[in-house]
Amino acid sequence: MQPKITLLSDELVQRVLDEAYELMMEPGIKVQSAEARQLLAEAGCAVDEASEVARIPRKVGEEALSSAPGQFYLYDRLDRAVVNYGGDAVHFDPGSSGVHVLDLETLEHRPSFTQDLVRIVKLAEMLPQYDAQSTAVVCNEVPKAIGDLYRLYLVLLYSTKPIVTGAFSIPTLQRMIDMLAIFAGGRQALAEKPQAVFDVCPSPPLIWSDFGAQNLIELARARVPAQMVSMPLAGAAAPVTLIGAVVQHAAECISGVVIHQLAQPGAPIVWGGAPAIFDMRKGTTPMGAIETAMIDAAYAQVGKALGLPTHTYLCASDAKLIDAQAGLESGVTALVGALAGINMISGAGMLDFLACFSPEKLVIDAEAIAMAKRLLAGVQTPTETLATAMFEGINFKGEFLKQKVTRQLFAKEQYLPSAVIDRGSVRAWQEEGKPDAMMRARQRVHELLGAYQPPSMPEEQMTELSQMTLRLAQQAGMDHLPSHE
Amino acid sequence: MSEELFKAMAQSIIDGDSEEADRLARLAIEQGIDPLEAINKGFVVGVNHVGNEFSCGNAFLPELVMAGEAMKAAVAALEPEMARRGTAREVLGKVVLATIHGDIHDIGKTLVGTMLSAAGFQVFDLGVDVPVETIVQKAREVGADIVGVSALLTTTMVRQRDVVEALDDLGMRPKVKIMVGGAPVTREWVQEIGADGYSEDAIGAVQVARRLVSDARATSAA
Repeated sequence: MQPKITLLSDELVQRVLDEAYELMMEPGIKVQSAEARQLLAEAGCAVDEASEVARIPRKVGEEALSSAPGQFYLYDRLDRAVVNYGGDAVHFDPGSSGVHVLDLETLEHRPSFTQDLVRIVKLAEMLPQYDAQSTAVVCNEVPKAIGDLYRLYLVLLYSTKPIVTGAFSIPTLQRMIDMLAIFAGGRQALAEKPQAVFDVCPSPPLIWSDFGAQNLIELARARVPAQMVSMPLAGAAAPVTLIGAVVQHAAECISGVVIHQLAQPGAPIVWGGAPAIFDMRKGTTPMGAIETAMIDAAYAQVGKALGLPTHTYLCASDAKLIDAQAGLESGVTALVGALAGINMISGAGMLDFLACFSPEKLVIDAEAIAMAKRLLAGVQTPTETLATAMFEGINFKGEFLKQKVTRQLFAKEQYLPSAVIDRGSVRAWQEEGKPDAMMRARQRVHELLGAYQPPSMPEEQMTELSQMTLRLAQQAGMDHLPSHE
Repeated sequence: MSEELFKAMAQSIIDGDSEEADRLARLAIEQGIDPLEAINKGFVVGVNHVGNEFSCGNAFLPELVMAGEAMKAAVAALEPEMARRGTAREVLGKVVLATIHGDIHDIGKTLVGTMLSAAGFQVFDLGVDVPVETIVQKAREVGADIVGVSALLTTTMVRQRDVVEALDDLGMRPKVKIMVGGAPVTREWVQEIGADGYSEDAIGAVQVARRLVSDARATSAA
């Protein structure tokens, strides 16, 4: 039995949907793409061209929701279906698009570069807790025009796991799909066995920008999974109540599904987001707040009620260092996301409101994720009697260590943590120089990077990828690609 | 031919499979293999492997304990043949083990005993809640090389000092070495009470015990 939390009653879920549909009619949804407005008008929505507002009737919304698939898989490049976007399956991937990395020597949040992304991708490749990669940090030495596809290029060089990514322009999106198609064996094959999802963001409140809406349309037509990342900020760009933010999230996402499904019925789309509360003291958007996690768990419940795959942003912290705050916010929110049964949870490794990435935090978060996954596996009953048979021959002695069944089952009953988690004696800790979690994480990063082996992919595919990327880089004004070795 | 059998013996220990270890020991006797060779070239190789893996963090306590149990089974099966041949496994030393009076925690102590026997020590495990006099008597009776006293509680740990003093009073030291163990024990404590050694874990305890007996032999030879 997979343990679960639900924050909303069934009745409340219905009220959320009722009010979301009300918002989609009044004030309506601002849709800044002419093509999207045309699709909506053809489907029977009242569209005001001057204000760019579309009023989307419930019937249109429900029809779109019924054609959107309830489940799809992401494949790795060895053709294995390793991510299940559906039901209560839970997966984690590192956070995306950090602009800084935490330098442990100076404690500076310095700009991130190619070498940083390569290290993060290698770590995520080595850690089984991460079922997918992300395009985790921006490479600041590369022109913005090719930044997104360049990040995807690096992930494809160093990993075979599925990828959570995204594009900030339509031409780039098309090139990124081409890059993925190299390995899938063409665009049609990629559509049948997708290896990546693309994040697409509405703009709170209730706006689909020209780019956002166009992104949905292009992804739908390519049949590459789109992942909506709706970001109501409760108290600033969304109602202050958690449930109000959930209603806004639903209105933004249902309207997104409508645009998407009108472009290509049956194309895969994910009910995702990165909401936050708005901190009323500092004016910041805390990702580690429990209320942020509550909005996520609640909107995921709404998405599940609609039968859609789900995503969210948790397991991140707003701390600036790898400290107790980083640990508790990441651990607590990872657990909430896991218990909510959210299919893909992004955010591990991130600090400072998703601006800063730390490879050391990524290995610590892997432990929190493993604990969360262990909790989801639940209390098992692997033996015929729960306990009585194991008391045979015990005779009031604590000798269960000698039982075969102990040896057979201990590694299934217990998650065996890496050395990041200290379960040794105080003496051992003293002898090792009194390391804290950050120091242990640094050691583990070092070991994992040392043990990393690059994937062996067909030579001609890798050459094609590199040539394509170089050509695009040259078009963007670079004469060569940065060294990534 | 026996090379393969030795490999299988080591594997039976690594697998913690007492029945298989017992079967292979009997097979060795049938084939006329010297029991000491079976132990040293076969089973002990497995024990050492598991011990090393444990020290590196790749093996875990159940595997360590099961390996010790399988080793016990193998040696037990080989013993009659050793007796018949008038040979015996070289005993590295005699160890009297006990959890101190007032303390009933014996998981760590039992583990140390298992690993010591697997390594070739002769172990006399007196169990838990053992009075100082009983420990001392047993040490004298068997001619112990090492007395190991464990305590989990800080309140009972202080009685480890009583054991040291009793052995001192009887003039049994420095011939008898004293190892202390248990969660609250520190290096400073070992020095304070004048004991001879302690270790972080059961594998380390075997190394400490080996060192103590070889030191003692070097001293008595000189």
